[in-house]
Amino acid sequence: MSLAFLDTISRWAIPFLLLVIPLVGFLRKVPVYEAFVEGAEEGFTTAVKIIPFLVGMMVAISVFRASGAMEALSHAVEALTSRVGIPSEILPLAIMRPLSGSAVLGMATELMKTHGPDSLIGRLASVMQGTTDTTFFVLTIYFGSVGIKKYRYSIVTGLTADVTGFIASVYICNLLFK
Amino acid sequence: MLNVIWLLLLASGIIVAAINGNVEVVTEAALSSARGAVKVCFDLIGIMALWLGIMKIAEKAGMVQGIARLMKPLIRRLFPTIPTDHPAMGAVILNLSANMLGLGNAATPFGMKAMQELQRLNGDSDEASEAMCTFLAINTSCITLVPATIIGVRVSFASANPTEIVGPCIFATAVAMTIAITLDYWFRRYSPWRRIP
Repeated sequence: MSLAFLDTISRWAIPFLLLVIPLVGFLRKVPVYEAFVEGAEEGFTTAVKIIPFLVGMMVAISVFRASGAMEALSHAVEALTSRVGIPSEILPLAIMRPLSGSAVLGMATELMKTHGPDSLIGRLASVMQGTTDTTFFVLTIYFGSVGIKKYRYSIVTGLTADVTGFIASVYICNLLFK
Repeated sequence: MLNVIWLLLLASGIIVAAINGNVEVVTEAALSSARGAVKVCFDLIGIMALWLGIMKIAEKAGMVQGIARLMKPLIRRLFPTIPTDHPAMGAVILNLSANMLGLGNAATPFGMKAMQELQRLNGDSDEASEAMCTFLAINTSCITLVPATIIGVRVSFASANPTEIVGPCIFATAVAMTIAITLDYWFRRYSPWRRIP
């Protein structure tokens, strides 16, 4: 896939939706502006409902990271992971992946600055950034928006998928780029 | 589960900070991230209002239900507890498509809408339903066909081939997603967490 093609998609996707949906609605005799306002009203209440859940989660994650506990955990597993071809520079990124999207983007950017985007570490950081989502953030705001407090098995599922995604990223990057 | 993880994140952070002799880091991190969380939510308000408004038009025009009907064969298997043609289906599909296209800011409002519909089917319980768990399993491991942000970062550091990571991303996500869906299915059917009918 060429860069120009991807660029075109990402530049056109939102204008396209903003044109097509109201247009089709209008043609199907929907009072488009009134319908828009009616739907938009829910935006405020939904966003406000998330606040307590997000405060709880972000405080815990931020304390974990700022205190150096995240680094300590990363050092602790380093001995194990370095044997299977995982560069130790990438570990903090793997640990933060399910916890914070903005932190991971910052870390990936930093790694690419230091090691170059075309080094194994730079490529691995890119692939990990593009693979799986910020599990905790998504669970917190999605469940929070409807007042669900008991997540049952969904954390186990999400975290297992994150670990799998990490292993698969390391495998494919070592295979293609080493 | 969540209670334990939450406590572990907090407690391990405070203990490590105490050992390193800089507990004041904890205070600063806690206060500033609490403020940051509210800012994230406030930033969300406008985006949510925009996309929930657009979604309401799509719903009234019958487009959401149309998409749901189109994808019925696949979705029915993943979500056996959602009645066919239910608006939850349409919202789930819109969310997953937005995710795949890398439209993060549209994906979130569609996802909230899907959760609201699923919560209605769940009888307003404070416990997650099976359909919600499946939805989030797919959502958090979802393939992004256009990882625009990271491509942008690679371009800014003058990568020789900024998009070469798209293929590996799709591979790694496909593996993660397969595991997520399989595990979710197992939990739903056989685990101690399943709901006995």
